[in-house]
Amino acid sequence: MTAGTPSTSLWMFAAIVASVLAIVYRVNSRNSSRADYYAAGSAFTGGQNGLAMSGDYLSAASVLGTTGAIAVHGYDGFMYAIAWSVAWLLGVLLIVEMLRNTGRFTLGDVLAFRMRQRPVRAVTAMTTLVICFLFMIAQMAGAGAVVALLLNITSRSGQSIVIAVVGILMIFCVLVGGMRGTTWVQMFKAALLLLCIVLLTVFLLGKFNFDFSAILQQASANNSLGQAILSPGTLYRNNTLDFVSLALAQLLGACSLPHVLIRFYTVPDAIQARRTATWAVWAVVTFNLCAMIIGFGASAVVGSSAILHAPGAENSALPLLAFRIGGQALLGVVAAVAFATILAVVTGLTLTASVAFAHDVYANIIKRGKANPAREIRVARLTAVAVGVLAITGGILANGQNAAFLAGLAVAVAASAHLPSLLFSLFWRRFNTVGAVLSSCGGLSSCLLLIIFSPVVSGSPTSILPSVDFHLFPLSNPGIVSIPFAFLCGIVGTLLGKNTHDEQKQSEMEVRALTGIGVRLS
Amino acid sequence: MGETVTYTARSPGAHFVPERGASTDAGNLAGVQAPSVGPEDIDFASIQHSPEFIELRGRLRRFVFPMTGLFLAWYLIYVLLSSYAPEFMGRPVIGTITMGLVFGVAQLVTTITITSIYRGYAKRRVDPQVRLVRQRAGIDRR
Repeated sequence: MTAGTPSTSLWMFAAIVASVLAIVYRVNSRNSSRADYYAAGSAFTGGQNGLAMSGDYLSAASVLGTTGAIAVHGYDGFMYAIAWSVAWLLGVLLIVEMLRNTGRFTLGDVLAFRMRQRPVRAVTAMTTLVICFLFMIAQMAGAGAVVALLLNITSRSGQSIVIAVVGILMIFCVLVGGMRGTTWVQMFKAALLLLCIVLLTVFLLGKFNFDFSAILQQASANNSLGQAILSPGTLYRNNTLDFVSLALAQLLGACSLPHVLIRFYTVPDAIQARRTATWAVWAVVTFNLCAMIIGFGASAVVGSSAILHAPGAENSALPLLAFRIGGQALLGVVAAVAFATILAVVTGLTLTASVAFAHDVYANIIKRGKANPAREIRVARLTAVAVGVLAITGGILANGQNAAFLAGLAVAVAASAHLPSLLFSLFWRRFNTVGAVLSSCGGLSSCLLLIIFSPVVSGSPTSILPSVDFHLFPLSNPGIVSIPFAFLCGIVGTLLGKNTHDEQKQSEMEVRALTGIGVRLS
Repeated sequence: MGETVTYTARSPGAHFVPERGASTDAGNLAGVQAPSVGPEDIDFASIQHSPEFIELRGRLRRFVFPMTGLFLAWYLIYVLLSSYAPEFMGRPVIGTITMGLVFGVAQLVTTITITSIYRGYAKRRVDPQVRLVRQRAGIDRR
């Protein structure tokens, strides 16, 4: 497809990038202490943070991927997206308030609270880094496809340059803005994104006289799958168990993602954490409803084969629809918002990874909790640069790989390695160090092993290595096995390491988690 | 809410912090924000065993555990129906809108509903109890 001359898009890009940099520069006034750099001084309100949270949650992969999947595959794409909204309930009911009260900067703070510090923090930092890295590569790989479409950059070297530019901007945002800058960027981007999506939805509905049924009719007429897009089975007909596994991983993993969790440290107390989650639920559900209409609308207006033949394939549904509805100008807006989304999400991931390394690995493992805070921040900044460089390299290498698969894998790892130990440590009195380490390690390793021996890596024409076949595990998502396995590991580990749990610390953690007694924000 | 002084004066649950004056005047706490009692001064075990804390934990758990079970089951029904009863989910309900789409939107609606119910419950039943526990522990003065 040709989306006109890219000059309008270029101007929009320039405007967005300039706004992001201006925001980061303006809010950077005080990033001197760890509480400031890691958690924005815990000074955001629930409403602000909820908006920023939806910014973290609605990554480029989910915005372009969800609308595209619905446009091309119809119902099955929609079903996949539902998990992302429902997943929030787990966070709202069981996790976020207690997490806010118990931890300070990282997930390791919570998991290691009543355990032996070094082993638990080491494992948690490792899983956090793995998840951040997978997620970041997914976003970066998606970035290549997006700019290909939006800026008409089709050469691989041109796309590599764009990925490198995203990476450099991201490093700048993290270094200068810290958590405060990142949060403002997320709020800016989430507001733009939601506004854009809602307006597009209203336009689209208006075009069809607010008759959703008519959109669906037109959508199935212009989709090569026809009526099948309105019922289950277009994507997951032959592998229903695989879908159940994927859904389970999404449901349990989305609220265990480290960059989502540490965002709760930017508010002062449990009530604000609850408000954050409530706001985020509204934003995510609104997005989901709009995505359903936009997805089917894209199929109706643009047609599925035009979408699949555009550079970026499925990911191009939203931009193409914008172009059909609002011409070059609206395409420019959507393009710029998509770009801001990629930038904001990778910035959040880089910050998360660098905080986990500096706070858990450097300060608590290497320096045994006696690190100089100023040096700890310097380590965090250095880590951010290293992570950024790794992400640029990984993103360039993974350009063209299936971004959704990488993101799905990251979520499965989060569900297996983080959720069981998080829930056990919040709710199970006897849970101990051995259980925590075994559960996280078991979850991480079973997840990665099952993926290596799955049809995703070998043994099918769509595999990463199509020419060899060493697949032993039939499903492409490991969740249905690895999550229960991680829970089991936690139980077995706890029983093996019996009577090693710290009663006093357990009392402190439980009281603190529920009431906030003992929390210091300074 | 009654005066905290009454609790510290006579209630058996008020012995968590050595002395109100002692804890706030302690030099190592100077400059710390609003909750001015450091973790080292607090007898967490006796708070944990106090009736008001047990009540707080009970109120929270009696709500969140069944609700979690409920939404997990409801979501599982949706996924399993989509996976194993595609004909049923593909049945048109209104115009071309199928059963599956209605179920899907219902999932979104229940997500909002459960969040709102929880928020109301927490405001009514949990937050006041948290304040009570904090006051009896001598953390918040009112």
